[in-house]
Amino acid sequence: MTDTISADQRQEATSSMPRKDEPFLVIENLSVQFPTFNGLVKAVSDLSFDVRLGQTLGIVGESGSGKSVSTMAVLGLHDSKRTTMAGSIRVNGTEIIGAGDATMRRIRGKEVAIIFQDPLTALHPFFSVGAQIIEAYRVHNNVSKRAARTRAIEMLHRVGIPQPDRRIDDYVHQFSGGMRQRAMIAMALVNDPKLLIADEPTTALDVTVQAQILDLIQELQRECGSAVIIITHDLGVISEVADDTMVMYAGRQVEQGPTKEVLTHPYMPYTWGLLSSVADVISDVSKPLVPIPGTPPSLLNPPSGCPFHPRCRYQDYVEGNRCVTELPELRRGPSAEQHSRRCHIDDPERIYESSVKKEVFG
Amino acid sequence: MSETSSVGSTAATGTSGPPLLEVTDLVKHFPVKSSGVIRRTIGQVRAVDGVSFTITHGRSLGLVGESGCGKTTTGRVITRLFEPTSGSMRFEGNEIGTLNSRQMLPYRREIQMIFQDPYSSLNPRHTVGTIVGTPMQVHGTMPKNKILDRVQELLETVGLNPEHYNRYPSEFSGGQRQRIGIARALALQPKLIVADEPVSALDVSIQAQVMNLMQDLQREFDIAFLFIAHDLAVVRHFCPEVAVMYLGKIVEFGSRETIYETPHHPYTQALLSAAPDVKQAAVGGRRERIRLEGDVPSPINPPSGCRFRTRCWKAQDVCAEKEPPLYEIGGRQVACHFAEPLRVVQVPAIAEGSTAAAAS
Repeated sequence: MTDTISADQRQEATSSMPRKDEPFLVIENLSVQFPTFNGLVKAVSDLSFDVRLGQTLGIVGESGSGKSVSTMAVLGLHDSKRTTMAGSIRVNGTEIIGAGDATMRRIRGKEVAIIFQDPLTALHPFFSVGAQIIEAYRVHNNVSKRAARTRAIEMLHRVGIPQPDRRIDDYVHQFSGGMRQRAMIAMALVNDPKLLIADEPTTALDVTVQAQILDLIQELQRECGSAVIIITHDLGVISEVADDTMVMYAGRQVEQGPTKEVLTHPYMPYTWGLLSSVADVISDVSKPLVPIPGTPPSLLNPPSGCPFHPRCRYQDYVEGNRCVTELPELRRGPSAEQHSRRCHIDDPERIYESSVKKEVFG
Repeated sequence: MSETSSVGSTAATGTSGPPLLEVTDLVKHFPVKSSGVIRRTIGQVRAVDGVSFTITHGRSLGLVGESGCGKTTTGRVITRLFEPTSGSMRFEGNEIGTLNSRQMLPYRREIQMIFQDPYSSLNPRHTVGTIVGTPMQVHGTMPKNKILDRVQELLETVGLNPEHYNRYPSEFSGGQRQRIGIARALALQPKLIVADEPVSALDVSIQAQVMNLMQDLQREFDIAFLFIAHDLAVVRHFCPEVAVMYLGKIVEFGSRETIYETPHHPYTQALLSAAPDVKQAAVGGRRERIRLEGDVPSPINPPSGCRFRTRCWKAQDVCAEKEPPLYEIGGRQVACHFAEPLRVVQVPAIAEGSTAAAAS
């Protein structure tokens, strides 16, 4: 019974897909600012990207780089009274910025779903896991409680929770960390969303469980053909799952391109720094790690010019004082067309090959 | 417990120099109490269940494992933040497991701790000067009028501005706070620092800064580290010797090269294969991943025999019946009945100049 319902709905949803060739999610010149007591926090500035169905985009950045803020804007989770937003976010052709509550309620959970970092705080401790999944389903589907329950059990089974018919009545504290994250994924996927945002989905988990969850997300994506955005600070996770990678720094995208391109021919000194500062299990341990000097900038008054310039060791490669005075445009190339970066350096590949690669691989 | 004691006592030896800390059969159980008025003990959480290792002067031992494997508890028992249930801990030959708090005082000077979370391990109402200076005041290692000078010196050592001694922790970033925690640990010139996940709460670009700082300090002051972390890559970078823990026991112990190049225990192999590694991707290729099913079992009621058998792909009947002792295999110790080497990590030509056999 439930199967036919969801199948019908899936059909319906496919038929209402965007007609033009527009990707499922389009973000154009998005800026998000929070007026605070200390001044205006420019959390996201001039951000543009898109995600097609079936594509996985990985967003990397340090804390405060604006990666979560930008994706929360897609779900309309920012309080409009306390947030200044500009630009455009279109989900399946629907404009999100300035959309009313009714529109957002229709999109949230149905078209776009999110998996939060910490399942213990994202799931409600007073309601059973099943009740929370059933609620998410019944908000968007006019079905009986019994049908919704069957659907919830089916979802728990799909995400790999053993004995789902029994575990459905358990509370969050009775689940282990990995199972909680699975339950969150079940809840996010119960309405077959076209876009799944995973905000640091594995940061709170152990490595062996992390591998399971990443596999699960990829598997479910292949099954449903949905678009996925994975936000993380761990380039290792990105390298495992993402088709495309976007590196964010101080609220802006600083490098973007196919994951393989970005990891094998990184353009941006910040990305070089991320690669060289990570400890790994293959390189020479007698050489010290090469950290990025300094700390991430305050978004209250970001540095002039390129936001990375106070920490950048490669400013000498740019003529004059442009790094300090002029914000680099996001530009394509030089080697790959889809690979772009926000940096004044004209021949990043030569510098990377000649001097950076040694630091990265020890 | 008793099975391992014979082998366990020799565990983690094989390094030259007198041992700074010798831990033998360390056990820490936490009672589980029933609810109600009379709170009877109805079970034990076997957080640490017979762990033995040795730390040499000025060297680092890495303790790796997933959450709940008892690595943090081990660290806290060694610093005597927890009382050990049984077992012995000898610091420079003196038993410290049974000392009362007054007798323990001189040893607290020698063993210091760096905590994981720099946001909760610093008192927000105290200035940095007070935080770093208090240990010296408590132990009376410095005359009062010299403490400030010493604090400023320490702040400079860890790379902070000495003028900032009268600021509060909230005025510092995460990485800077962790530096304050390190300065506090250094204040008494300890011989051993227990570093419990010292970088896992920090941003990647900051992690390397703090790691390098700790390495410099180790070299400069000849401090031994017990380095506790879940991140295999971080541990590899810091520690020449590594012990892998699972559910309260050490399952594999060996030098950095043996553990990372030819891990013998299935759990070590799985752990190593699951760690996402960006540099592997940056030169192309990806590690074959060993999938472990399920979660870590409850330490209240651990599986019989080998504790890893419920998730192990090699498990057979003998694993449930007999607990594997730490077998000595080629300079390493492995607690597995079916231990055999498996190359999980391919060393790409670019990193080492030597090509490795393909991972199976």
